[in-house]
Amino acid sequence: MSTLVLVETDADGVAETSGEALTFARGLGDPVRALVIGELSEAVTSQLSDYGVEAVHHANGPAFETYAAAAWAAAVVAAARETDAGVVLASGTPRGMEAMAHSAVRLGASMAANTVEAVSRHPMVVNRQVLGGSVLEQMQVDGDIAVLTVAGHACEAVPADAPTTPAISTLEVEVPESDLIAKVVRTEPGEPDESGGLKAARVVVGGGRGTGGPDGFGDLTELAELLGGVVGVTRVVTSLGWRPHAEQVGQTGSRISPELYIPCGISGAIQHWAGCSSAKTILAINTEADAPMVTKAHYAVIGDLHEVLPAINEELRRRRG
Amino acid sequence: MASIPGSARVVVIGAGIVGNGMVYHLARLGWRDIVQIDKGPLPNPGGSTGHASNFIYPVDHSREIASLVRDSVEQYTELGVFTQSGGYEVARTPERMEECRRRMSSAKAWGVPAAIETPEQIAERVPFLDPDVILGGLWSPTVGVVDSLRAGTIMRERAVEMGALTVAANVEVTGLDVEKGRICRVRTAAGDIEVDTVVVACGIWSPMLAEMAGAHIPLMPSVHQMISVGPVPQLAERPGEISFPIVRDMDAFCYERQHGADMEVGSYAHQAILHDPETIPSIDQAKLSPTEMPFTADDFDPQLEQALELMPEVLGAEGAEIRYAINGLLSLTSDGLPVLGETPEVAGLWSAAAVWIKEGPGVARAVAEWMTHGSSEIDVSASDIARFAPHQRTRAHVRPRASEGFIKTYGIVHPGEQWSGDRGVRLPPMYAQQQAAGGSFVEVVGWERPLWYESNAGLLERYGDQVMPREHEWDARWWSPIINAEHLAMRDNAGIIDLTAFTIFDVVGPGAMEAVQSIAVSQCDVGIGRVIYTPVLDATGHFRSDLTMMRLAHDHYRVVTGGSHGGIDVKWFTDHMPADGSAAVVELTSAFTTIGIWGPRSRDILSGLTRADLSNEAFRFGTCATIEFDSIPALASRISYVGELGWELYVPLEQGARLWAMLHEEGRPHGAVSVGNGVYSTTGRIEKGYRAYGPELDGERTIVEAGMQRPRVKVADFVGRDAYVAQREQEPKAVLSTLTVDDHTSASGMKRYMLGGEPIRARDGSELIDGHGHRPYVTSAGSAPSLGRHVLLAYLPPAEAQIGNELTVSYMEELYPVTVGSVDSTSLFDPSNERIKS
Amino acid sequence: MTDVLVCLKRVPDAAGEITLSGDSMSIDARHVGYTVSAHEEAAVELAVQIADETGGSATAVSLGSGDAVEQLRNALAVGCSAAVLLEADAEAYGPADVAEALAAVVRDHAANGTTYDLLLLGNDAADSGDFQVPIRLAYALDRPVVTGISTVEIEGDHVTARGRGTEGPEIYEVPLPAVVAVMEGGVSPRYPSIRGRMKAKKVKIDQSEPSLQPAGNGRIKLVLPPAAPSKVEILGEGPEAATAVVDLLVRLGVAR
Repeated sequence: MSTLVLVETDADGVAETSGEALTFARGLGDPVRALVIGELSEAVTSQLSDYGVEAVHHANGPAFETYAAAAWAAAVVAAARETDAGVVLASGTPRGMEAMAHSAVRLGASMAANTVEAVSRHPMVVNRQVLGGSVLEQMQVDGDIAVLTVAGHACEAVPADAPTTPAISTLEVEVPESDLIAKVVRTEPGEPDESGGLKAARVVVGGGRGTGGPDGFGDLTELAELLGGVVGVTRVVTSLGWRPHAEQVGQTGSRISPELYIPCGISGAIQHWAGCSSAKTILAINTEADAPMVTKAHYAVIGDLHEVLPAINEELRRRRG
Repeated sequence: MASIPGSARVVVIGAGIVGNGMVYHLARLGWRDIVQIDKGPLPNPGGSTGHASNFIYPVDHSREIASLVRDSVEQYTELGVFTQSGGYEVARTPERMEECRRRMSSAKAWGVPAAIETPEQIAERVPFLDPDVILGGLWSPTVGVVDSLRAGTIMRERAVEMGALTVAANVEVTGLDVEKGRICRVRTAAGDIEVDTVVVACGIWSPMLAEMAGAHIPLMPSVHQMISVGPVPQLAERPGEISFPIVRDMDAFCYERQHGADMEVGSYAHQAILHDPETIPSIDQAKLSPTEMPFTADDFDPQLEQALELMPEVLGAEGAEIRYAINGLLSLTSDGLPVLGETPEVAGLWSAAAVWIKEGPGVARAVAEWMTHGSSEIDVSASDIARFAPHQRTRAHVRPRASEGFIKTYGIVHPGEQWSGDRGVRLPPMYAQQQAAGGSFVEVVGWERPLWYESNAGLLERYGDQVMPREHEWDARWWSPIINAEHLAMRDNAGIIDLTAFTIFDVVGPGAMEAVQSIAVSQCDVGIGRVIYTPVLDATGHFRSDLTMMRLAHDHYRVVTGGSHGGIDVKWFTDHMPADGSAAVVELTSAFTTIGIWGPRSRDILSGLTRADLSNEAFRFGTCATIEFDSIPALASRISYVGELGWELYVPLEQGARLWAMLHEEGRPHGAVSVGNGVYSTTGRIEKGYRAYGPELDGERTIVEAGMQRPRVKVADFVGRDAYVAQREQEPKAVLSTLTVDDHTSASGMKRYMLGGEPIRARDGSELIDGHGHRPYVTSAGSAPSLGRHVLLAYLPPAEAQIGNELTVSYMEELYPVTVGSVDSTSLFDPSNERIKS
Repeated sequence: MTDVLVCLKRVPDAAGEITLSGDSMSIDARHVGYTVSAHEEAAVELAVQIADETGGSATAVSLGSGDAVEQLRNALAVGCSAAVLLEADAEAYGPADVAEALAAVVRDHAANGTTYDLLLLGNDAADSGDFQVPIRLAYALDRPVVTGISTVEIEGDHVTARGRGTEGPEIYEVPLPAVVAVMEGGVSPRYPSIRGRMKAKKVKIDQSEPSLQPAGNGRIKLVLPPAAPSKVEILGEGPEAATAVVDLLVRLGVAR
């Protein structure tokens, strides 16, 4: 019995998210084996050794030149068979999700997406994120093989106590033409972002119902301009028609990851948090110290945004001279 | 979390249109150390104000509401947030056109500009409305829209600028403490505030706040569905927020209101959707706000067809989509009126709830004045929280009534219309006998009370045309000619009347005489066994009540007053008891039933049942005594509200059915019949020119205007005495007069009978205006069968109050000639009161 | 002429603080109402656009309680022309069960002469987040499947699907019939018009019960994760905090 991890790679080697998946896999107790598709660099091999991987199965060839989920699944199934895997997992990235779903069907297995922890191994019971992580589902994954994806940031990527010397083997995979029907035929250079630079912005100033109405965004806009950023809003604000939908940050709006997010008068509903939680720094301005947005933020100012923002803007202009 | 002071002069809970109005008006009237708390953020804390459609129609059948709306519009205008748009109430049916004409009556009575217009005229101002769908409508040029959130912010800021107010947003009230019957503390998530006066202005949450103190603010959160459709290309070109009149499609129970490039469609057509206050989501749980519930499309769908039919071009325009749709929560009450005033349960705990945008600032001013001076310039007694009897404060009562009331929002509501929910809940002891006699029941604060008895139908033949039959269905709805037949039978022989609905309370204790003396206008230092009729005034010399008292002992007065106003009187007396505890109020309504017997044969009938001497010499008018009917002790009081010899008999409730049967058995050979409340409240009283609290007497009227002044003012001090003395020195600004209708024939040839509320005009139809700047209107209308006339009461400009003066009454937009018959309390029937004193 | 089948799931419109049902097996939607996910709203929009452009049709299908009619009517109101309700307790269904039930609908309709060349689904259900139904459905019908798709175009006998890749848009060209799982963001879903709503009201919804015995979804219970301990640093209260805020902005390198 082993645990098979589909490892994704990037320019630096093992992707951060796959590192998390490998750490998660080690926690299950069984020997961990890795499947790498495409190029296998030395950096990847050495990192896999750090993560305590026992064996690396390497699938390469023309079928993997361009991404096709079914082809990846063919590799996963072949590796799972070869390694007598009891658990097959990947990180919860789009590729990881897709490959695991295909693999689950082919293995006749159940799948749990966005797992955050294993509650027990026999039977396999996991906690997994639903509703953008605001709720956890405890789920039993029945069958001889369990297929999982690991939610991003569910655990930290941590090397094993002692590095291993993984055996590297080439995985013979037969990929039929039918598995290459749905493949990426081309990629295009980035197209203009509909959300008006929201996703690319370094600074986003957020406004919620606390702005008071369509006329309540003046101070926010000014601060955004002073910082070279843009304004983002909550769903309520767009539902009420105060601001255009393109400015919406949240589960159903844009998911942003700026250097700094300044939510003003936003209580921090889950829906909104799902869209802004990747911001590197959050500075909340809110009248209520207990508001979820304040408690989750790195920094906060307690006060009415209509009083605090003009003072900040004034100070910024003053220092600029 | 905001920091709050540890004590305050007054705490106002709520920062919607009402709470903001309250803090402003209290500050304006000199209050300081005001603390305003709201659970939500500012300026929109998430209550009903935040999603209100914000338009205001000034025409209302209720004078109280119309006055509050007028005052509110003046305030909104002064705040700079009112935009006049004009508005229509369009009619698809002949019945609705008739209702439009009736609303014209109310418009004229309250001096609100309005006109009946044709479909073509309407389509001229609202070009996207299909005139073929409607028959016409009521045009109200002064309809407009307001920014209620902005208005609230300005009022709040003004109070802050006056140095009177501390605002604490995002602070939840967690408890209201009461000590010795008075509010003493507001507990909040941010700390406690010591305070002895609290105003609950929390809209749909008000019941929960009141409950924290053990009081009741009876209202139900109810859904009003609203969608916004747009963008409509035809509207996009118009500048500003609103440039077309608002249209109320009355028969479809919906409205259409242009808002920029969008049309808002609101509905009152669906079945009422009620939510218990406890189930309203918190701010965090709610999707939009706690009062913007998820839209239920199924309930709204039937409305779409009708809306599209009326405005196909804009609502069906290419690209016009339903972009916003909510089930908005608003407050409904059991009788459609707000809930205002100090709660009867807890001193210092005030309610300003169940108030809509249209009357918000006006209500705030009135309640602030009431808190400051004990009364308000605009009389709000119909909205007084003390009007509710205990059963009317229960959820089980409010729920069905609110449900019914929702449909009445756009309904055609007859002035006599009865509620059907939660009926049969307070039954007089003779209820079974009344049912057997075919009583046609109406409700008075829960009590079932026959308006007439079908068993008296046989009298119709005897009296023929004297019963003044009515031809028009509207005039005859909630009415029967049997009422007039019962009236004539009472005048000929005797009538037996159930008066169980009276509110009865005692004032007892060593200081009882001084206590009632300080409340009543009339002399109360009278002999034991005397009956006193008295007005009750507020400090400004306007009516608080009128009622009778019996002095039963040196330290014991029994007070009897009308059921519908009884709760308010109990509170007024309780509030005015001496601070030293030397007198107290004890409510006894449910201990006694009252049976009235009046008519020339009443003495003979009672004499057959009791050994007491009831002769005119032994039992004078205006006196009371306990007499015995078999083993039933009855407190008999010789007074009359119908102008006949007779008595009110107060007996223990459980013996009422027996006395009722005894009176009928003994009375039958004398020609006595059961007589319903139609006679007691209308025909009998109006023939005698008796004023009723509510229609004629209210917080805006004086004794002098009502023509009820006595030659002298009692020396002992009483509430309102100074004002009353001053009023007597001045010419009245209006004079309550009795008029008779000279000709009932309408243009169609059908005879019409006014029901009350109609404007009185000069013979040529021109407007009359009294010294207050008010227009005269019919306060009470009814048959005077003994006179063979239809009688109207109205306050006239003094110059018009001349006996024989010929005027007109406008009814359904036609003028009928009337003549003034009396300009004081002298009655048209038996003016010298010979019958009463016989 | 492309006939499209778009699959919807009635889910709680969980925007605010979430509360669980008494048995912790579902989300309490009393205060928030129900909706379909943003992905599915986008799928409906794409379905309607394709039906319009190709002169085909868009049919909506949902597996759920009788109340899911509301979501189907909403789809009809924005341009779908037919709707199918598989009346079942969606909570008892796992992704494999749902896929099988949907596949049965596709097969049945094909047997009756309607072939859906394109099956559109949301990338994942908003409430259960399984990420499997589109793929399992594709295997059940032996069709190609692509996921994470923002826009689609029908070009002759194949569909060009565009998704968001890590290095820019990724393009797939897949022969029809195919299954496409849609990610929101590529199209703006339209709102219903009044006429659309009225039309939707009149459409008869094809209602039936799936014949399969669901294997289930393995759910043991739902739990609300405990809030992470706050590490917030309060810079101050009111306007006086402005100096501290600007100091921070400078430190972070965002103030110029």
